[in-house]
Amino acid sequence: MSVRQNLLAAIVAAMVAVAASPASSQVLRYANQGELKSLDPYTLKETTTIAHHAHVYEGLVGRDKDLKIVPALAESWETLDPTHWRFHLRKGVKFHNGDPFTADDVLFSADRVRANGSNFLSNVPGDAKFVKVDDYTVDVMLSAPNPILISQWDGWYIMDKKWSEEHDSIAPTPASATTPSYAALHENGTGPFIIESHQPGVKTVFKVNPNWWGKPEHNLKEIIFTPIASDATRVAALLSGEVDVIEPVPIQDIQRVNASGVATVMNGPELRTIFLGMDQARDELLYSNVKGKNPFKDIRVREAFYKAIDVDLIKNRVMRGLSTPSALMIAPQLFALSKDFTRPKADIDGAKKLMAEAGYADGFEVTMDCPNDRYVNDAAICQAVVGMLARIGVKVDLLAQPKAQYFGKVLKPGGYKTSFYLLGWTPASQDSHNVLHDILGCRDDPKDPTRGEANLAGYCNKELDALADKILVESDTAKRDQMIKQAFEIAIKDWAYIPLHQQALSWGVSKKVKLTQRADNQVLLYWATKQEE
Amino acid sequence: MSDAVVPHKTDAGAPAAHASASGWFTRVIESDLFYSFCRSKLTITAALVTLLFFLLAIFAPLISVQNPFDPAQLQLINSRIPPLWTADGQTPFLLGTDEQGRDVLSAILYGLRISLVVGVLGVAFSGALGILLGLIAGYVGGAVDSLIMRIADVQLTFPAILIALLVNGVVKSVFGNRLDAASMLGVLVLAIGLSFWVQYARTVRGSVLVEKSKDYIAAAQLIGLPAPVIMLRHVLPNTMSPILVIATINLALAIITEATLSFLGSGMPDTMPSLGTLIRIGNNYLFSGEWWIVAFPGFALAALILSINLLGDWLRDALNPKLR
Amino acid sequence: MLAFTLRRMIQAIGVMLAVGIIAFAMFRFAGDPVNQMVSIDTSAAERAAIRKSLGLDDPIIVEFAHYFANAAQFKFGVSYQFRLPVADLLKERMPATLELATCATILAMVFGILMGVYSALRRDTLLAKAFQAISLIGISLPTFLIGILLIYLFSVTLGWLPSFGRGEVVKIGWWSTGLLTLSGLKALIMPSITLGLFQMTLIMRLVRAEMLEVLRTDYIRFARARGLTTRAIHFGHALKNTLVPVITVTGLQFGSVIAFAIITETVFQWPGMGLLFVQAVQNVDIPIMAAYLLMVSLIFVTINLVVDILYTVVDPRLRATISRPA
Repeated sequence: MSVRQNLLAAIVAAMVAVAASPASSQVLRYANQGELKSLDPYTLKETTTIAHHAHVYEGLVGRDKDLKIVPALAESWETLDPTHWRFHLRKGVKFHNGDPFTADDVLFSADRVRANGSNFLSNVPGDAKFVKVDDYTVDVMLSAPNPILISQWDGWYIMDKKWSEEHDSIAPTPASATTPSYAALHENGTGPFIIESHQPGVKTVFKVNPNWWGKPEHNLKEIIFTPIASDATRVAALLSGEVDVIEPVPIQDIQRVNASGVATVMNGPELRTIFLGMDQARDELLYSNVKGKNPFKDIRVREAFYKAIDVDLIKNRVMRGLSTPSALMIAPQLFALSKDFTRPKADIDGAKKLMAEAGYADGFEVTMDCPNDRYVNDAAICQAVVGMLARIGVKVDLLAQPKAQYFGKVLKPGGYKTSFYLLGWTPASQDSHNVLHDILGCRDDPKDPTRGEANLAGYCNKELDALADKILVESDTAKRDQMIKQAFEIAIKDWAYIPLHQQALSWGVSKKVKLTQRADNQVLLYWATKQEE
Repeated sequence: MSDAVVPHKTDAGAPAAHASASGWFTRVIESDLFYSFCRSKLTITAALVTLLFFLLAIFAPLISVQNPFDPAQLQLINSRIPPLWTADGQTPFLLGTDEQGRDVLSAILYGLRISLVVGVLGVAFSGALGILLGLIAGYVGGAVDSLIMRIADVQLTFPAILIALLVNGVVKSVFGNRLDAASMLGVLVLAIGLSFWVQYARTVRGSVLVEKSKDYIAAAQLIGLPAPVIMLRHVLPNTMSPILVIATINLALAIITEATLSFLGSGMPDTMPSLGTLIRIGNNYLFSGEWWIVAFPGFALAALILSINLLGDWLRDALNPKLR
Repeated sequence: MLAFTLRRMIQAIGVMLAVGIIAFAMFRFAGDPVNQMVSIDTSAAERAAIRKSLGLDDPIIVEFAHYFANAAQFKFGVSYQFRLPVADLLKERMPATLELATCATILAMVFGILMGVYSALRRDTLLAKAFQAISLIGISLPTFLIGILLIYLFSVTLGWLPSFGRGEVVKIGWWSTGLLTLSGLKALIMPSITLGLFQMTLIMRLVRAEMLEVLRTDYIRFARARGLTTRAIHFGHALKNTLVPVITVTGLQFGSVIAFAIITETVFQWPGMGLLFVQAVQNVDIPIMAAYLLMVSLIFVTINLVVDILYTVVDPRLRATISRPA
């Protein structure tokens, strides 16, 4: 009897032990289309890279599964007055090499992220002064109120001052350096995982950090990341069980993956808005047969283009149902009043009539610029647009190029060399102001040279700009939302842009793995659990 | 990778080299070539298939239900329809449609046109260039000869695909990224032409060296015929048979090279697809069950290349007297 | 002999210089590398600063002279994407490509010679015809399609072989090898077949043609007349004579194999130089592109040089004429 009891007790104890420490015993293999190029967290502002870094580095604030801002290395913060913020840092946090995390590291990181060579300059305002109050308190002084100060701080990771200085990595890797930066090949963060080995572009191994300050929500001991650029190979690797998670699954393969029995596809709306822009700044289009005038300056032509494009058809056919047609230039998750807007239906006859009224009954010719390796089915969407515009007599010559050439041509440094183009945009601050300022703001504002930098179409309405400036400093949410609504209404009335849709997230996940999908498309495996094998 | 398809020695006595206009038909019928042709059923089939492909390409607009290069004719609503004989097939799309609502059969026919144009023009260009340089090298000799042959040596080890990528890149950088579909075609012809000229040059040069020492050339020189005339009228015809063999095999290689370039993103644009581009696009649908988007273009390409290669094989064996 | 070798080496350097100029000129305008290094919402001023720091605003001559001076010392600069020295990246990726290319070549030679000999000696048998057919299909399908079909069959459907990567690798000094682990060997199978198929076809046809030709020559007839066994004639004389051109061609083709590895590596995500090059082209990573072209041409030129010199050693007649037969 007593033996039996002892045995039972032992079993129960063992079970409790197993349950208590959710045995970090699993190895998760993950493949992404893109590669992890540098481990320096300030050199490339790109979703996949930021997500990789999130496993080893942490910011003062983070974002939870619903993208709500949550405390991370800062336990709490308050605004003493609109231009004066105070952050209370988490105590007892250690970097992977054992160095303690203190206010000095925050000050150092604030300098480093705004130094030459950083790609995250806009994440931390240049006018923000960081002041150390004590080892665990930091004050931030601003020259003007900024209610969205910390909106991009989840992507600003804190680095170790001592470690960086020791390894000559005070500045983010200067691209022109002849010797590699230590920080590009090594990491020293505070996050839940430690990078054990990193072969750029080949393989990166993450090991769990046993000394992490937080409570793990995963059961992994190791993550092996491999980039697989070829779509077919990546899907094959998932189907054959060689990897557990892939991103993205090409939408045509979703059904196949779901039917495979070994993996499923997680879908959800992404925050990125895909839209079309028409050059309305130049007096004559760069690439068109219309000479001496710019047809896109005529609001009727812009409206006709808008109405000629059937986003539902694109959704059903090109996107296989995996897109959300959009009435706005921002994703509905990011703007509370989005539901007040509906997208006008496609109307070929109406479009034809408008074209005739504008004097283009026989249409005209224009070249369309399009990336072919950037967004989900980008080139296919452009081809569909070409076909739709052909029905209102517009002959579109499609120039679909790899993103390197495409961006080189159409962006500001290339001189906005485009007449008609497709682009995608995710506001980095997850806020409408970014869209109103960067895409819908007038170019060449002498007071604010960065306004309208991504406004490749050159749309300009001073009324909207004035509203955008007020929105930036308004801290009453309800009032702010009303102003944002007003601003978007102006842009819609002007037929400034043609928003198409938000594309869908598409992650392939083995049935053995449970994962949380966040709408910003960051694959965060510290929320993954994998079944025992 | 044609570089290593080693041509047979050039001293092959070429039959039917100087066929005059009259009576060529009887000559053909009585020739060894025709005899050997008729003996091989495989060769006949290959020739018929090749001919069929050329005819299909030429008459593509008459056979196709739509012009797949005209976006106005593509209906997105008709996208991804399976072939006609399957349950969901729809007329008139015999082989189904792709993502853009492009009729696969029409796309193959028009793509065939592009592929053949690139192949034929590429081969013609490389042939002309190679023959010219070979004649010059062989006839002039000396420093010119060694310069041309040195370049040829180097290029022979440099794979065609890299040269094609290089030419492609240089042209793109000179003309900027603004290249329409038609000029892209020109670039491909140029790239392929520049990668395949060496074999012709070597072969022709070899024959020129052999012929140069013969008496009839001396006689021609004696009566004052200018060098170009001698070369074109007397030397060149004697090298025609190995050139024909190389050209046939290179045609197949040129078409494959175009397809490969297209896979690497340097081929024809998606709006004006060649067979290779169609396969690259269709590749994406291999796992998704829409097999017809890649299977038919792939099959067409393989059948075309196979028949051309079979013809080339037969030609080589038939024109090589040692193998008879 | 020394003068000849010297002349060839000077020519080789000339070739390298030419390749350098072409590669550099080609990629100089291929796209704006800054776009690849920064996010889309980076300000114009920031971009301009990066351009300047990369030396992209220097006159092209200055830029090129600078580059070439460094390249001569195997300093290829720093990759725009990885921010690591290109020389290190190439060194890390080279073993993968060389192992793949070597395996593919060996595979091609073994099967190519076997099939070639058989189809020459048993010209009209069914098996010989089958070999011919296989060889034709091998050159009639684009490489990338063959690779994907193999993946579909052996990885997805049958689950026998890995679809990507090199498997586990073992480090021997700086050289990483996949030949010492089971997973490494398994990972090598499909890429080697895909890459070697074309070469195999080539070798098989070459062996067949050469064998047929040699078998017709007088000394073979003489050997027969002397009453040597068929086996001795075929393998002692005919095959031996056939192998010289086969080995030459295979050697010269090694460069091609490395170049064609670009496609195979892309399909199988094989972490070699070719994959690095393709990704560099997509990202306009000029230092990697230029370094790759220089490296590959260095390999070509070296092979060419060695073959040239060997030829003159083997065949004294050539010393006088200096020109190599086709």
